[in-house]
Amino acid sequence: MLRSHATSSPLARRWFLQQCGVGLGAVALRDMLQAADPLAPKRPHHAPTAKNVIFLFMGGGPSHLELFDNKPELAKHEGTLPPANLLEGYRAAFIDPNSTLLGPKFKFARHGESGAELSELIPHTAAIADDIAIVKSLVTDAFNHAPAQVMMSTGTQQFGRPSMGAWTLYGLGSESRDLPGFVVFSSGQKGPSGGNSNWGSGFLPSMYQGVQFRTSGDPVLYLSNPAGVDRRLQRDSLDALGRLNGMRLQEVGDPEIETRISSFEMAYRMQASTPELMDISQEPQHVLDMYGAEPGRPSFANNCVLARRLVERGVRFVELFHESWDQHGSLISGLKKNCRDTDKASAALVSDLKQRGLLEDTLVLWGGEFGRTPMVQGGTDDGRDHHPNAFTMWLAGGGIRPGTTIGKSDELGFNVVEDRVHVHDLHATILHLLGFDHTRLTYRFQGRDFRLTDVAGDVVKKLLA
Amino acid sequence: MRTISLFGTLVAFLGIASGADFAADIEPIFRDKCYGCHGEQQQFGQLRLDSRSVATSTGPSGPRIIPHDAQASSLYQRVAGLGEGNRMPMGGQLSDAEVALIKSWIEDGAVWPEGRGADAALNQHWAFVPPTRPEEPQLSNGQRAENAIDRFVLARLAAEGLEASPRASKETLIRRLSLDLTGLPPSLEDTQHYLDDTAPGAYGRLVDRLLASPHYGERWGRIWLDAARYADSDGFEKDKPRQVWFYRDWVVDALNADMPYDRFVVEQVAGDLLPGAAQQQRVATGFLRNSMINEEGGANPEQFRMEAMFDRMDAIGKAVLGLTVQCAQCHDHKFDPISQRDYYRMFAYVNNFHESTQAVYSADEDRLRGEIFAEMREIEAGLRELSPDWRERMAEWERAEATNQPPWTVLDAHIKLGSGEKYEVLPDKSILAQGYAPTRSVVTPEGQLEPGTVRAFRLELLPDPRLPLGGPGRSFRGTAALTEFEVEVAPAGDPKKWKALKIARATADVNPEMSILDPFLFPDKDNKRRILGDVGFAIDGFAMSAWSTDPGPGRRNMPRKAVFELAEPLEIEEPTLVKFKLSMNHGGYNSDDNQSLNLGRYRLSFTAAENAEADPLPGHIRELVSRGGQRTPEQEEALFGYWRTTVAEWAGANRKIEDLWDKYPEGSSQLVLDERPMPRMTSILQRGDFLRPTERVQAGVPGFLHPMPERDELPDRLAFAEWLVDGDSPTTARAIVNRLWQGHFGTGIVETSEDLGRQAADPSHPELLDWLAVELMENGWSLKHIHRLIVSSETYRQSSRVTPSLLELDPNNRLLARSARFRVDGELVRDIALASSGLLTAQIGGAPVYPPAPEFLFQPPVSYGPKRWYTANGAQRYRRSLYAFRYRSVPYPVLDTFDTPTGNFACVKRDRSNTPLQALVTLNEPVFMEAARELGRRTLDEGGADDPERIDYAFKRVLARAPSGSERSELVALLGSQRERLQAGGLDAAQLAFGEQPSEPETAAGNTAELAAWTAVSRVLLNLDEAITRE
Repeated sequence: MLRSHATSSPLARRWFLQQCGVGLGAVALRDMLQAADPLAPKRPHHAPTAKNVIFLFMGGGPSHLELFDNKPELAKHEGTLPPANLLEGYRAAFIDPNSTLLGPKFKFARHGESGAELSELIPHTAAIADDIAIVKSLVTDAFNHAPAQVMMSTGTQQFGRPSMGAWTLYGLGSESRDLPGFVVFSSGQKGPSGGNSNWGSGFLPSMYQGVQFRTSGDPVLYLSNPAGVDRRLQRDSLDALGRLNGMRLQEVGDPEIETRISSFEMAYRMQASTPELMDISQEPQHVLDMYGAEPGRPSFANNCVLARRLVERGVRFVELFHESWDQHGSLISGLKKNCRDTDKASAALVSDLKQRGLLEDTLVLWGGEFGRTPMVQGGTDDGRDHHPNAFTMWLAGGGIRPGTTIGKSDELGFNVVEDRVHVHDLHATILHLLGFDHTRLTYRFQGRDFRLTDVAGDVVKKLLA
Repeated sequence: MRTISLFGTLVAFLGIASGADFAADIEPIFRDKCYGCHGEQQQFGQLRLDSRSVATSTGPSGPRIIPHDAQASSLYQRVAGLGEGNRMPMGGQLSDAEVALIKSWIEDGAVWPEGRGADAALNQHWAFVPPTRPEEPQLSNGQRAENAIDRFVLARLAAEGLEASPRASKETLIRRLSLDLTGLPPSLEDTQHYLDDTAPGAYGRLVDRLLASPHYGERWGRIWLDAARYADSDGFEKDKPRQVWFYRDWVVDALNADMPYDRFVVEQVAGDLLPGAAQQQRVATGFLRNSMINEEGGANPEQFRMEAMFDRMDAIGKAVLGLTVQCAQCHDHKFDPISQRDYYRMFAYVNNFHESTQAVYSADEDRLRGEIFAEMREIEAGLRELSPDWRERMAEWERAEATNQPPWTVLDAHIKLGSGEKYEVLPDKSILAQGYAPTRSVVTPEGQLEPGTVRAFRLELLPDPRLPLGGPGRSFRGTAALTEFEVEVAPAGDPKKWKALKIARATADVNPEMSILDPFLFPDKDNKRRILGDVGFAIDGFAMSAWSTDPGPGRRNMPRKAVFELAEPLEIEEPTLVKFKLSMNHGGYNSDDNQSLNLGRYRLSFTAAENAEADPLPGHIRELVSRGGQRTPEQEEALFGYWRTTVAEWAGANRKIEDLWDKYPEGSSQLVLDERPMPRMTSILQRGDFLRPTERVQAGVPGFLHPMPERDELPDRLAFAEWLVDGDSPTTARAIVNRLWQGHFGTGIVETSEDLGRQAADPSHPELLDWLAVELMENGWSLKHIHRLIVSSETYRQSSRVTPSLLELDPNNRLLARSARFRVDGELVRDIALASSGLLTAQIGGAPVYPPAPEFLFQPPVSYGPKRWYTANGAQRYRRSLYAFRYRSVPYPVLDTFDTPTGNFACVKRDRSNTPLQALVTLNEPVFMEAARELGRRTLDEGGADDPERIDYAFKRVLARAPSGSERSELVALLGSQRERLQAGGLDAAQLAFGEQPSEPETAAGNTAELAAWTAVSRVLLNLDEAITRE
């Protein structure tokens, strides 16, 4: 009849006809609406190897040169200026790019059967070296925090595009009826530079956006009943609301009312399920110890425990922001603190998922929005500026080939020289693991089919198990 | 055919040139590989290869097919990958054999037999043809029409075999109208009044009353503000608060005054360029300034100015033209005939203003300013009257002043990067600080001194349109504070041997009285007291004291200077490096609180003169004095205004004037456009990258739209603004009437209201859209006229009841056989609770307010940096949601949950989700609970004598209708069951009725349990689907 861009709702329509014509029972009715639910689980393009994603987003830009990418040559050239040809067209955020080179500040050693070379700062990650794949050849387009984070989260520096988590929910739906399908935590000294655009839904329907949880007070905004309202009054109120809304539904026939009733019921279930989920004191002590988590003290480690609990409950995409890695100064002490805060928990998460059989279909990512300059920042030889040309991330589970290292940067850690992985390629790979051809997971907006990978991206085959 | 193609392949393989047949060889290639984009449906690049006349015509990149000359034919160039254009087909190439076939076909004369392909010209997309008034369809028997809208809608319904729905009830209509036109539900009295008005024309009177309500501007202003991407903060990492609410109020006022839409657009795009532009017209230009600003440490100001420019083009495209021009910033638009060149030519019209911040004053403040200036003039007139020889005396003073200044040499200084602040050296050798503003920094301009003597250095602080309020500093008031001024020299040949120079004396042309730096505006976590005052503080070696440029409102944004005299003359024999250490220690506590008092634009000079002092004369007075000659009365008045301050016997009058300055209002500020005198160069940017400019372009408009009218002078931004709303524009009027329609029916006549281009959804009622567009233009672009037409129509007044057959036949209600039913916008969700409960504070306009929100949202690690949120108490807590402060990075959560856009980019169509998180807000958020308590209290106090009466009262307050019998029983039952629980002590009555900490007078009244029970009932009413739905 009309070329329409809206999602018409054939199921709601069918429901209406059957409900009013034949009179279905309430249970069947609800099941049917579930099927019409845009968050209902969906099948991707091909058989996926990952069902869930946990992204440990190390905001600020961790130094690849101190953590993952050992550069003895950089140490040798400390104090000298970088070769002029390297700096052609190069822009830095703070420093004059023509600043002297700064050698790595920590020692490296090889670990595991895979022989991955990792820094002394991350002994726990070293212990799971054979479970992870290290990519030393990431490249991004932006060298300021907010645009680069938004690039990592949405595939473009421009604000207003859907985040990876939103695309994932859009493509796969949610397995959880009691919890949002995309949950976000934040720890560290600051909040993410890219703000809520990091987990926004962009032009996708807003139901796909990430929901922030926090680990003290109400885990979800307005989850607790107001003063004077107890659980029973809440139930009585919802019962009355359900019946009154039902009467209205009979009167005006708008299926949206049924969705409203479902939304209120899910809210009620969340009120019960979320505090239980968030209560990590239910975890055995040895598990808490493994992560370094302490109930009641908000931390990245607690968030890692929660990430596992969320995945166990069918939450599709969990993102943990830890914004602390912007070491313009205090490189040594800052990195020590950050690794104390994150290394043990990140490794524990992988191990814990593995021993529970969840790692098989849960993809874990660790990394930030860019790396750091081989050149020094500041007069005290203790800082590095932002660097987009080469940085490192690691991935585990969900179909990632374990115990592998791919990509190489040059001897100064400045440019990628082997197996370049642009952010678009990373995104293409993540979507591939989730069962999608990244060129076909699209959404039409303003007359154009948009995708997470814009017009680029190649699946990094070497990463696949 | 297949065999022939095979033959072709073979021919190509063998490299034999041989005749290719159009029907057998060429047409199949076109059909399989090209028609998708260049056929009947799509005609990218205005090419259709199924039409001989089009295919053989000349396209944007030259003649497409030149018989016998394949190399010169753009068709061949593109498929063969020659030349600069993208190789075709996009996303896949033709095989070598296919390319060879095309080549040989062209070389052989490109014979295209008659009758092959479509006998068709290019599709002219409907929206690119200016609308004309279509004929109104005839009604058939029994159809009822109020106006043309109904005739168009009914005709379409009849064509589809459908009928309109009956009228909605009066109760539904008044609530629908009130929500649609004012965003507020009707009061009990409004509803009763309307129900009682049974005289003819009652509905029209209601419409008139609502359109005249000042809340109309709030409701429709908010919709425009989505497109204008309004927010109260900068966005990006820093997300610093900004003052732009004068713009928000301008929008509300303009709509309330029914400012013609063409004027409405012109003032927003180019109000500053209108003749006699007043504050209001300048404030209107905030529209383009609503873009985000990135001041994070590494940000290059020019890069993010460009990002903002792209955002402005996008906003103009979506909000005004109804076109998605954004694609063309990187490449030619794929679907619409906007080339990248067209994009940058339009861009050139708007690429010529400073990102400026202007002081603005409310009506009251402006009155006060007028009074102050009048009084000053009166005092000065009195002085002149008392001293008839003032002219001679002033001339004498001038003669003495004219030559008493030492010669200064301006230093060529540069600054090394480091803190993240960016420095631009301007042609006058002054340095402009931009981008990131560190809260504590030492800036070190360096230069070289040639042999000679230096006895003093001068630091000039200069205004600049890019600084807050014009500068000269970078604080939100444009002020600066210099903590310490130090200078060092080193031999140019031995640049490590720095030696500090001792400064003996400092003088300045502004020396404010000592004051304590406001610890609230400039917090210092050390809790140390920092002080501001005269220039002596800049050389006292004390980090807590600073020279301030701020003598108070009214005179703070002026050029300033300080002179630092050396203790010993510096005798220079060899070229010598000089380095200044300008310490600025008077910002906030760290980079995240966004408060600095940094110098904004400054220039350094030196002199060999002895006893040099800062010239007390302000720059413009000095200029008048040294120039002499004829003066305008204004210049003479300015000169007098300064000279009188030097006359000792006038101390009394001078004091009086100083006292008047003390009364000068603080005002507010507003981001505005400030046209540059010298036009910026605009170039096409490769892939939209500001570092890759290619061809330079002149301003111009795309050829597929209406032409720029001829004019005498070069068209500027004002001409562009007028072009946007020209009566010949094919999309402008259509775009806005479509969005008004969308506001009333939930969906536009064109569903893709941001895009009327080729990819747009088909209009449901194309003639109606055109009719409305013409109607708008022919009625002085009056938006209220269109609103009145729409809401007066029978189409609008139908019931929104959904029947099974309608749901089956027209699930998205595009044909309008019923009225629309949808959840209201986020702001309205909250405003309905406030208004129905009686909590609403209906004050219009003013600074943003801070309704309660969880504090943790505004602190790390949720917010990047700590943000201020001054939770309102009392009446301000209950202002309309339009006035809630909007941080882009941490939006006010109640609105965010209900799909309210953040202002990061232009939005002309909101999402409308239905989620559990929304249920948590309306059930549990504090203000919603306060509304439930207030509704409960009012119901108990005013609602009648018994339970059913009271239930009816509360129900009507929320829904404007009486409950049905079963609805009433349901609520009576709820009331009863909660009463029982309260009596049995199962619920905490005091908390339910009064909140966490009930006060004693509250609980002493003795009806706590009843209040609690009614609170529970009211909470259910406010949470009904119908309560937040436009029925």
